[in-house]
Amino acid sequence: MHKRVIFNNRLLPYLLLLPQMMITLVFFFWPAFEAIRQSVLLQDAFGLRSEFVGFENFAHILNDPNYLTAMGVTIVFSATVTLLAMVPALLLAVLADSGIRGASLYKTLLIWPYAVAPAVAAVLWLFMAHPSIGIIGKALNAAGIAWNYQINGGQALTLVILASAWKQISYNFLFFLAGLQSIPKSVIEAAKIDGARPVRRFFTIILPLLSPTTFFLLVVNLVYAFFDTFGVIDALTKGGPGTSTVTLIYRVYIDGNHNLNLGSSSAQSVILMVIVIALTVIQFRFIEKKVHY
Amino acid sequence: MALFHRRGLAALVLTLALTGSAHAQQKVSIDFWHGLPQPLGGLLEQVVAGFNASQAQYEIKPSFRGSYPETMVSSIAAFRAGNAPHIVQMFEVGTATMMAARGAVKPVHELLAEAGVALDTNDYLPAIRGYYSTTDGKLMSMPFNSSTSIMFYNKEAFRKAGLDPEKAPATWAELRAAAKKIKESGASACAFTSSWPTWTQIEQVGAIHNVGVASKANGFGGPDATLDLTNPLFVRHLTTLVEMAKEGTYRYGGRDGAGDALFASGECAITHASSGARARYLKEVPGGIANIGFAFLPYYSEVTATPNNTVIGGASFWVMNAGPNKVRAREELTGIAEFFKYISRVDIASKWHIDTGYLPITKSAFEAVKATGYYDKNPGADIPITELLRGTMTANSMGFRLGNFAEIRVAIQEEMERAIQGQQTPAAALEAANKRGNEILRAFERANRS
Repeated sequence: MHKRVIFNNRLLPYLLLLPQMMITLVFFFWPAFEAIRQSVLLQDAFGLRSEFVGFENFAHILNDPNYLTAMGVTIVFSATVTLLAMVPALLLAVLADSGIRGASLYKTLLIWPYAVAPAVAAVLWLFMAHPSIGIIGKALNAAGIAWNYQINGGQALTLVILASAWKQISYNFLFFLAGLQSIPKSVIEAAKIDGARPVRRFFTIILPLLSPTTFFLLVVNLVYAFFDTFGVIDALTKGGPGTSTVTLIYRVYIDGNHNLNLGSSSAQSVILMVIVIALTVIQFRFIEKKVHY
Repeated sequence: MALFHRRGLAALVLTLALTGSAHAQQKVSIDFWHGLPQPLGGLLEQVVAGFNASQAQYEIKPSFRGSYPETMVSSIAAFRAGNAPHIVQMFEVGTATMMAARGAVKPVHELLAEAGVALDTNDYLPAIRGYYSTTDGKLMSMPFNSSTSIMFYNKEAFRKAGLDPEKAPATWAELRAAAKKIKESGASACAFTSSWPTWTQIEQVGAIHNVGVASKANGFGGPDATLDLTNPLFVRHLTTLVEMAKEGTYRYGGRDGAGDALFASGECAITHASSGARARYLKEVPGGIANIGFAFLPYYSEVTATPNNTVIGGASFWVMNAGPNKVRAREELTGIAEFFKYISRVDIASKWHIDTGYLPITKSAFEAVKATGYYDKNPGADIPITELLRGTMTANSMGFRLGNFAEIRVAIQEEMERAIQGQQTPAAALEAANKRGNEILRAFERANRS
């Protein structure tokens, strides 16, 4: 018997799509539209007075040297977080997949950090890295290395990168592991028979066959680094010292939620939206061509 | 069967809930959002419970809404949605923002007058009353929990360094010399630190030396005030801090209250922190109260011979309208006024002061506590009050009325941090902070133009 994949009813497919469409409209399109609307307004915190100012919010933010610094920080931050979240995850996935003893225990343990909320993750890192109460921070200072991320911009950035990347490793590990398990064993065995050594097998067979997973994770990780990391930054450094850990999304959060400057905050999120749309388009246009499905 | 049973139970719960709320309807219900975490929040809720038990007409419903900034943001969002709380606790840096929102708040002096409730505002400590009043002395919000910043020092470290543990450094020159001695003798890992960097190291320094942080009496004179951070006093002071950081006698403790931990652990020998940190220090500093010295913040004897009072921090209670064009009913306003009258009673204010370490709001509460001999038994507990009453209050030591002050503070902190890292000179840092702060002030002025 042949199974039909086409619906008889014309209404049903739309009905089935409706919940997803509603969610997208309410939680994505509506806020995005609100952001665009607010970005051309100047408003007091209470919404009592509102004035149309055109692109003034954009002009102001793009002329702010601190905004340009934040852009630089974001590039360094996102690139490093993505790299540090993906490479160790791949390594761990390969090891966990290699049939070592107690692999399932390792797998479970490696997935744990994903369940940790960003703020809690940040507090864990704080207790390790704090110069006077943190275990690692204290040890570094005792070893003669002047470690104080509260006043050293480079150290602060390193810390938020490590904390943000650590949180994402589990997620990447999970996908890499699934990707590895879907690679047909016969291909690898054939390579073994041909005498390819593990390292060569990894680079010529496993990595190319993993590329759809890698590509997907690249997009997801960049979006994570861009949008989901302000909790970690807020709990660890609050953007300091100076503005050395202020990323674009953190600035959106601070200007909107603390400074109640909704016009500027909205203008920044519109800019961020444009950047991420552009990044995603570039990734799908150029990188995807190199992906083997 | 089980399903029916559950339904029956649900119906019962519903009936109970309905009769419960019907019963509560008889009292005028007043929402109160606060930003005090435990244990302070619990003590505040006890005060509220005391008021609820003291009369049968009104019921104040307290609810904790996160930190001060979170409470502020959520109450503003609630106002925009038309269901703001009746009373909201707002930290002192939000004062100008609330004051500018004329349609959103009900000034306390109007509230009291309309409700026919009289409060002797002259009895309030001047530094507290001034912070929350208009320039012509009309109370805008209800002062409640106020603190100020004082100097704490570790007597054990002073002893080890060969300093007199009963004599605190009074001037910056003395403080620096003491810090040097502490470092050289190795009496403690770190000599001097501070919490709340802009509050203790910029705002208080200005007030003590009668120098304005901003023009127009620190903004009390109008929203067109401009910052004056490039004043030689601030350059002198930031230079001191940067030099001390370089010679290893000052450790920057981080933003907000992060520096508190450095003194609490005994790592730093001297700190400038909120008087509210007292309770924590008594509990955590090795050696406890016998080891902790309390003193006024130091001053530059080259700049002034007569140091002034410090300014307050903490929070006050604002009365909010429900939303744009939504005013409160008369009985709700009367209930709020009665609550304010209750919290300023001498017995309530004294108990709050003793339980929490916050300042007594009124002079009579201070006198009442003094009469019980509390300050003799608890050395240093009166330091914040006497520091607030030091000298004569001037336009520069009354407080700050700057729009978006929280944002300005962050800008100043960022530039200070860059200076302490050695990325820019103190003068350049203050120049940059001044410029950024003024932009923030102008943006606020523009957004709040009526």
